[in-house]
Amino acid sequence: MGKIGRYGEYGGQYVPETVMNAVKELEEAYAKYKDDPQFKKELADLYRDYAGRPSMLYYAEKMTKDLGGAKIYIKREDLNHTGSHKINNVLGQILLAKRMGKKRIIAETGAGQHGVATATVCALMGLECEVYMGAEDMKRQSLNVYRMNLLGSKVTGVSSGTSTLKDAINEAMRDWCSNIDTTYYCIGSVMGPHPYPQMVRDFQKIIGEEIKRQLAEKEGRLPDAVVACVGGGSNAMGAFYDFINDSSVRLIGAEAAGRGIDTGKHAATMAKGSVGIFHGMKSVFLQNDYGQIDEVYSISAGLDYPGVGPEHANLRDTGRGEYLSITDEEAVCAFEYLSKTEGIIPAIESAHAVAAALKIAPQMSKDQIMVINLSGRGDKDVYSIARYRGVDINEE
Amino acid sequence: MKNRIDSCFEELKAQGRKALVTFVTAGDPDMETTGKLVLSMFENGADIIELGVPFSDPIAEGPTIQKASLRSLKNGTTLDMIFRLVKDLRTKTDKPLILMMYLNTIFKYGTEKFFGLCKECQIDGVIVPDMPFEERDEILEYAEKAGVYNINLVAPTSKGRIKSIAAESKGFLYCVSSTGVTGTRSSFTTDFDSFFEEVGNNVKCPACVGFGISGPKQAAEMSRYCQGVIVGSAVVDIVAGNGRDSAQKVGEFVRSLREALDK
Repeated sequence: MGKIGRYGEYGGQYVPETVMNAVKELEEAYAKYKDDPQFKKELADLYRDYAGRPSMLYYAEKMTKDLGGAKIYIKREDLNHTGSHKINNVLGQILLAKRMGKKRIIAETGAGQHGVATATVCALMGLECEVYMGAEDMKRQSLNVYRMNLLGSKVTGVSSGTSTLKDAINEAMRDWCSNIDTTYYCIGSVMGPHPYPQMVRDFQKIIGEEIKRQLAEKEGRLPDAVVACVGGGSNAMGAFYDFINDSSVRLIGAEAAGRGIDTGKHAATMAKGSVGIFHGMKSVFLQNDYGQIDEVYSISAGLDYPGVGPEHANLRDTGRGEYLSITDEEAVCAFEYLSKTEGIIPAIESAHAVAAALKIAPQMSKDQIMVINLSGRGDKDVYSIARYRGVDINEE
Repeated sequence: MKNRIDSCFEELKAQGRKALVTFVTAGDPDMETTGKLVLSMFENGADIIELGVPFSDPIAEGPTIQKASLRSLKNGTTLDMIFRLVKDLRTKTDKPLILMMYLNTIFKYGTEKFFGLCKECQIDGVIVPDMPFEERDEILEYAEKAGVYNINLVAPTSKGRIKSIAAESKGFLYCVSSTGVTGTRSSFTTDFDSFFEEVGNNVKCPACVGFGISGPKQAAEMSRYCQGVIVGSAVVDIVAGNGRDSAQKVGEFVRSLREALDK
């Protein structure tokens, strides 16, 4: 890597002057603590005793036989405390925030998984927490809203713009501008100004490190492909990072094609985006010719973001990462497939990765190995999938 | 050619007056009204006008300018339309015009092409609220080639960075009055004496203060600290309430600011 905080041409620190010093302070604090033995031990203890790491690497035998291609393993991030990989990052960032003397934590959330993880860790650490969530997402994910309230957090609905994840980030950034001295902004993905993309990836890279170790124990070798869904891209970056220098391992990201990448109703940043500067970073964004950020859509509230983390943009440009787009319909079919085949209900976000696996695994040979990073569990999505299928399960 | 912003401040200094910088979002409610508003504000005592280029996600703005941005975009405002407006305005006024815009709207348009058009339309400066000093290389070379000033911002939270930012500023230094986003405020908690002392000790061009200045009284109070005041959301509020008929009311408001500053 060249310049600090850059991935090829991507990354950087494009934030308003008011928060620039806070970004610099965070950069310094992270540099100071990331290799600090006490900090690392505390985080490792929390990963093990609180989050339940390591998460299991499960051989999906039925799925493997059914698809008739690569041997499929599933990395069970859905079994972490709070039900997704988001807890890995939040534990790291909140430990850091405490060391920086911050008393108030803010976060944005799309599907609610990052919001729930943040609310959880704030409850654990006794910190004030406010989560910004698009009003539209609050409707889609009312269970997670209640869950955050239960954990003692305030959830603030955002009805500007499209009332989804991007707008929640805008509002969280405005809050940060206003309360810079007391407040720590806990970003949920590998996005935003440096050091966030690097820091969040570092807190998530344990996923790939565990995959490598666990697969070495089970199979004595590296996988041939690692598949993960990509919104901002934190679970994918976490799963990919330890394999970047292992050139035999294909790194495959699945982004949300919504109703189809030519319908204008999608969040397929890699397929349809162009280079821009937004939310603190230079990366790839869905935008018009004048740089206005597009409204995006996906059945998955966690993937409908108009951008992608800068390190992913660079992995794509260098050809190290492959990215494909998965429609709502394909994701819902994969959601149902994994539920019926393996008895695992995936988050609709993670179902995009499963859908990508359903396409690619059959083309691989039987002596090859594919790992699907199952980033979250799907309990939260049961309602919306039922609605998608036209089934009314209102509890009246 | 000498930049109009420099000439403007030299003239004000000779007269012993403070600068009045006002802001309006271009294309809200339409381009024709924006043209009228600019001329009305100049006639009533504005020295420099910032034209806000609407952006879909203006993260440094409070509700007032967010909504104005949205109204403008809904009307189909584009950067090309704003350049056409400025070209037309240049046949009617020779006072400094600045574009206030988010970095992506420059970058996506093509930074070199953008500054070429700025030069052609005689734009005097740009303010980019989401481009901190450390990322200025993104535009600086092109801006300088076109003779367009990149107006730096400093905030009370800039602390140790005030020195280097102030020292390198051209045109004027935009001093953000307080933390938070744009929008009127009833009071400030910033320690202005120490903030402006630090600014004053390092700046080589005039300094103006903005963010939260709501009316004549605040404008007069804040102008003590520096060479001028910037009023944005308070103007946009009047436009929001009066639409196409806002030119006269905005003119009256700007006159009241001018009078308070000249007292």
